[in-house]
Amino acid sequence: MTTALVTDRAIQIIYLVSTALFILSLKWLSSPNSARRGVRAGELGMLLAICATLLYRGIVDYKWIAIALVLGAIIGVPLGRVAMTAVPQRTALSHAFGALCVALVGTAEYYLRAPHVPAFMMAVLSMEVILGSLTFTGSLMAAGKLQEVLPQRPITYKGQNIVNLGLLAISVGLAVILVLNPGHTRLFPLIIAIPLVFGVLMIVPIGGADMPTVISLLNSYAGLSAAAMGFVLDSKLLIIAGALDGSSGFILSVIMSKAMNRSFTNVVFGAFGQVQTAAAGVAEARTVRSATAEEAASILGAANTVVVVPGYGMAVAQAQHKVREFYDALTKRGVDVKFAIHPVAGRMPGHMNVLLAEADIPYDKLLDMDAINPEFPQTDVALVIGANDVTNPAARTDPSSPIYGMPILDVDKAKTVMVIKRSMNPGFAGIDNPLYYLDKTLMLFGDAKAFVGDLVRELAGT
Amino acid sequence: MTDIIASLYVFMLAAFVGFEVIRRVSPLLHTPLMSLTNALDAIAVVGAIILVGEHKSGLATVLGTIAIVAATSNVVGGFLITDRMLRMFKASKTKTP
Repeated sequence: MTTALVTDRAIQIIYLVSTALFILSLKWLSSPNSARRGVRAGELGMLLAICATLLYRGIVDYKWIAIALVLGAIIGVPLGRVAMTAVPQRTALSHAFGALCVALVGTAEYYLRAPHVPAFMMAVLSMEVILGSLTFTGSLMAAGKLQEVLPQRPITYKGQNIVNLGLLAISVGLAVILVLNPGHTRLFPLIIAIPLVFGVLMIVPIGGADMPTVISLLNSYAGLSAAAMGFVLDSKLLIIAGALDGSSGFILSVIMSKAMNRSFTNVVFGAFGQVQTAAAGVAEARTVRSATAEEAASILGAANTVVVVPGYGMAVAQAQHKVREFYDALTKRGVDVKFAIHPVAGRMPGHMNVLLAEADIPYDKLLDMDAINPEFPQTDVALVIGANDVTNPAARTDPSSPIYGMPILDVDKAKTVMVIKRSMNPGFAGIDNPLYYLDKTLMLFGDAKAFVGDLVRELAGT
Repeated sequence: MTDIIASLYVFMLAAFVGFEVIRRVSPLLHTPLMSLTNALDAIAVVGAIILVGEHKSGLATVLGTIAIVAATSNVVGGFLITDRMLRMFKASKTKTP
C-alpha cells in the first residue's frame, strides 16, 4: 500500500473508533454515576476525529482552519460557562450554531459541484440546507424569546399555518426542481432564504410554556440536517452522529408533547400556542384561603412528608438556593422532603433537575411524575413553587378545560396543599386552577424567593 | 449507488441504536443529554475542516471558515457545560463517602 492509502485507512479507522466512543458516551449518560465518563468518551471521540481529519492529505492550507478553530474555542468557552438559569437559551443558541455550520457547508458543496449533482445527492443536499436554515433562524428566535430580548407572548394571526406551510411547500417544490435540474444555480439561494424566513415565522406563535417541546424539536432538526450532510460528504461518522442527535431530539419531543397532551403532528405542524386562549372568562369571585409564612412554617414543621413542586416561577425568581435552605431546615427536623418534577416544568427538558442540582439538592430526591404521583395521598404537605398548569386538577376532571387530558402531578391528593404565588392572576396559559379553591389549599402570596426565605427563617426560629 | 444504500443502512441502524440508548437516559439528565448530543453533533466540523483545507474556491473557504467557528464553539461550549451540569448532580450524603 502507498503511504497515502495507509493514511486514508488510518483516518477511517479513527473515525470508526470515534463513532464507538460517541455511542458509549450516550450510553453512559443513562445514569448520573457514569454520566461524566460519558462526557470524557465524547470528548476523546471528538478530539480523535478532528486530529484524524487534519491528517487528510487533501488539505493544502491550514491557516484558516487554525484561525477558525481558535476563534470557535474562544467563543465556546463563555458559552460553556453561562449561569444554570440561562441554559435553555444557551441550548437554543447552540442548535443555531450547529445548524449554521451545516447550512454553510451544504451551500459551499452545492456551488463546488453544480451543475453535476446526481439526483439523490441533490435531494439530501437540499434537505441539509433547508433544515439547516430553518433550524438556524428558528433557534435564534427561540433563544431570543428565552433570553427575553423578544416578547415571550405567542403572536398569532389568521392564516398563520397556511402561510407557514405554504413557505415550506415552496421550499420543497424548489428543491424538487433542483433535483430534476441541478444547474438552476439561481434557484439555490431561495432554498436558503425561504427556510430562513420560515424558521422565524415558525417560532413567532410559540409561548414560553411550549419551549420544552420546541427546543427538543429544533434539536431533532439540527441532528437530521447533520445526518443529511453526512450523506452529502459520504461520512458515516457524521451520518451516525446526526442520527443519534436526531433521534435524541425526537424522543424528547415525543416525551414533551405527551406531557402536554398534544399529538405529535400538532407539534410538528406548529399549531403550538393555539389551544391556550379558550376559557379565561370564568373568574368568578371564589374564595381562597391564604396563610402567612409563620402559619405555613408551623404546618410544615409538624409534617412527616413534604413534596415540593417546582416550576418555571422558581427559575424566574432564582429561588433554587433558598429552596435548598428550606430543604435543609426541614430535613434537620426529620421531615422527609422530596421534589416532584413534571416533564415540562421549566423551559427545556430536565430544566428543574439542573437548577435543583446546582443548589446541591441530592438527585435521588428529585422524582419524576410517574414515580411521585402514587406518593401524594400519603404526603402531608405539597408545596407548589412557581408551577401552575402542571398541578391543575381540571386536566383530570373537566373535559371543557383546554388542558384536559394533560398528565399532571396529583398535588390535590396531598393532605395539605400550599401554593406560593405572586397573586391570583392565572398562569401563562390563562387557565384558572381549581386547586387554589380547595379547602385544603393554602395560598402563600409573595415572591417565591422571598417567601421561601421567610419560611426558612420561621423554621429556624421555632 | 451502492454507497448511498450502504449509507442509508448506516443511518437506519444508527437511528435505532439512538432510540434504544437514549430511551434509557433518566429524565433527571435530559438537559445534559441535550447539551451532550449537541456537542457530538458538532462533529460536522470535520466536513467544514476538509472544505476549508481543500481550498477549492474562495466562497467555500469563507463559508467553511465560519462553519468551523460555529461548530467548534459548540464542541467546546457543549462539553464544558455538560460536564459542569453533571458535576452538580450528587446523591444523598448517606450514599456517597
